[in-house]
Amino acid sequence: MNSIQRTATPPNRVGLSQAVGDAMTIAWRNIRGGWRVPDNQIYMFIQPIMFVLLFAYVFGGAIPIPGMEDDPTAYKRYLMAGIFAQTMAFAVAPASVGLADDMQKGLIDRFRSLPMARSGVIAGRVIADLANQVIVLAIMIVCGLLVGWEIENGVLGFFGAVGLLLLFAFAMLWVGAFIGLSVGNPQVAASAGLIWLFPVVFLSNAFIPTPTLPGWLQPIAEWNPVSAFVAATRELFGNPSMFAADTFASNHPVLLSLIWVVVIVGIFAPLAVRKYKAAATK
Amino acid sequence: MNAISAEGLVKTFGTGDKAVKAVGGVDLTVPEGTVVGLLGPNGAGKTTAVRMLTTLLQPDAGRALVAGHDVVREPQAVRSLIGLSGQYAAVDETLTGRENLWLFGRLYQLSSKQAKKRADELLEQFSLADAGDRTLKTYSGGMRRRLDLASSLIVHPEILFLDEPTTGLDPASRLDLWDVIRERVAEGATILLTTQYLEEADALADNIVVIDHGQVIAEGTADQLKAQIGGERIEVVVHDSEHADSAEQILNLSSGGQCDRDTHTRKLTVPTHTGSKGLIQVIRDLDEAGVTIDDIALRRPTLDDVFVKLTGRHAESETEAADTAAGRAAS
Ligand SMILES: Nc1ncnc2c1ncn2[C@@H]1O[C@H](COP(=O)(O)OP(=O)(O)OP(=O)(O)O)[C@@H](O)[C@H]1O
Ligand SMILES: [Mg+2]
Repeated sequence: MNSIQRTATPPNRVGLSQAVGDAMTIAWRNIRGGWRVPDNQIYMFIQPIMFVLLFAYVFGGAIPIPGMEDDPTAYKRYLMAGIFAQTMAFAVAPASVGLADDMQKGLIDRFRSLPMARSGVIAGRVIADLANQVIVLAIMIVCGLLVGWEIENGVLGFFGAVGLLLLFAFAMLWVGAFIGLSVGNPQVAASAGLIWLFPVVFLSNAFIPTPTLPGWLQPIAEWNPVSAFVAATRELFGNPSMFAADTFASNHPVLLSLIWVVVIVGIFAPLAVRKYKAAATK
Repeated sequence: MNAISAEGLVKTFGTGDKAVKAVGGVDLTVPEGTVVGLLGPNGAGKTTAVRMLTTLLQPDAGRALVAGHDVVREPQAVRSLIGLSGQYAAVDETLTGRENLWLFGRLYQLSSKQAKKRADELLEQFSLADAGDRTLKTYSGGMRRRLDLASSLIVHPEILFLDEPTTGLDPASRLDLWDVIRERVAEGATILLTTQYLEEADALADNIVVIDHGQVIAEGTADQLKAQIGGERIEVVVHDSEHADSAEQILNLSSGGQCDRDTHTRKLTVPTHTGSKGLIQVIRDLDEAGVTIDDIALRRPTLDDVFVKLTGRHAESETEAADTAAGRAAS
């Protein structure tokens, strides 16, 4: 009966292999349970298809790409990287809602009372949501190809772009984790996670060529972190891309994106872990 | 040795006008292998105290050792030795009962196989075997509560914290859980238990600590606490209120004390030192005087009486009590 009981004095520190194991256990739980929730299925399978179709056909002809006015495929080729990046940014939502839900249901309290790694719950959330984002991205890429978007830069560029998009999602998941643990209520987390993202995404080069914006908005849009990821993705896919100004942002979008990943994770990962440590139900 | 010992624990929530001193300097010791019942009205600070002892909350002041480890400086060591079942069932609704237990087993660092085996054992023990493969969405409140309790027993922890473990359980499940707790104690476990049910503390706890407004207001075995508020008394319910006067005379005479009379319920109560002898005498006297009675009994004080006496409230008078507690602390 007591075979499982611990006798030796337990260590006060958690090793790396345990931290990884705990994260994977939590990731398993998030994926396993998450797939049973209809909301998540809609988020993963319906929403990406809807976005691709909506943007490709509704805005498709309405926004001219400077210098390519006569090319009917230009906007689709331009646009798709923007939709991909937007959807990766929306990873904030499942992360913040998931953790806020765990907090409200008292699960975070239970996890915190277990001899598991402090990082396990957040890392497990990030791993699970990143895995889901891989599926979302795959669905979007297939849909994009079906509506006339093209990969114009070969296999290496393709994988580079996919990797960068997932890095973007990875960074945004930490932002989501921080928001979710801060608000602690899934309803609030759902809106708090996304409300600020819409203006940020729309004030970027995701859907409109920045040279068509009013002059004072151009630098804001071109230095917007989202624009860095979108431009880098376009460059790696070989899709049309353009900037109004000749700056570091326009010349080195891939490098700038990688810097942003480091900055975002560097800020929000410690903040999220700190919130977790101090988290209290209600 | 003490499995749990706390000195001067303090926790205040909020700041300024809104500050609530949830726990205001609580000392607590639980000797190894014993059960201590933490009793107190709503808002007394029971949950807050438990959360500090289980490393979930940092105390503002004071010190607590659990299994010899400081809860603030060695939280990870404490966590691997305790089991906690919080006041509200904390289980994953999207997983099945079996998956939940496996998950928590893994996080207690059991191997996958060990965790599976434990899950099966616990589902059986808590009468959840049939529901083990259903997601928790389909569980009733009591079933969730039982699963939550099962989760706290995964590694046979030597020290168990149970925050109102039987709230929401049906009587049969409650008795089952009492058996589980007794079994754990027989195996040498130490248990700190909070409860609103005084008979539960009476049945399970070796020692009872009553707290109110974040302070310990009484402490001792159930018998000691009962003795504090007086000894036995005789209660008589007369059949006819016309007989109440003569009954009162007889009772006063037999006890040499002062009889308490409730006209509405026709109940007379008098303290006695002579036990069942006195009772028999009273019955004879009443019979001789021709007083018909509906009920007569020798009563010992219950923990309920203790509770009311100490806190001025009934254990079950819910929100009201919590409101006054919050209001008082705030003012
Ligand atoms: N996170 C919190 N933030 C603010 N106030 C809190 C918090 N947790 C508890 N309190 C306050 O602290 C006091 C003690 O609460 P606690 O939950 O410890 O009481 P309790 O004895 O467990 O009550 P109950 O029997 O209702 O479970 C209450 O006045 C409560 O409002
Ligand atoms: Mg409580």
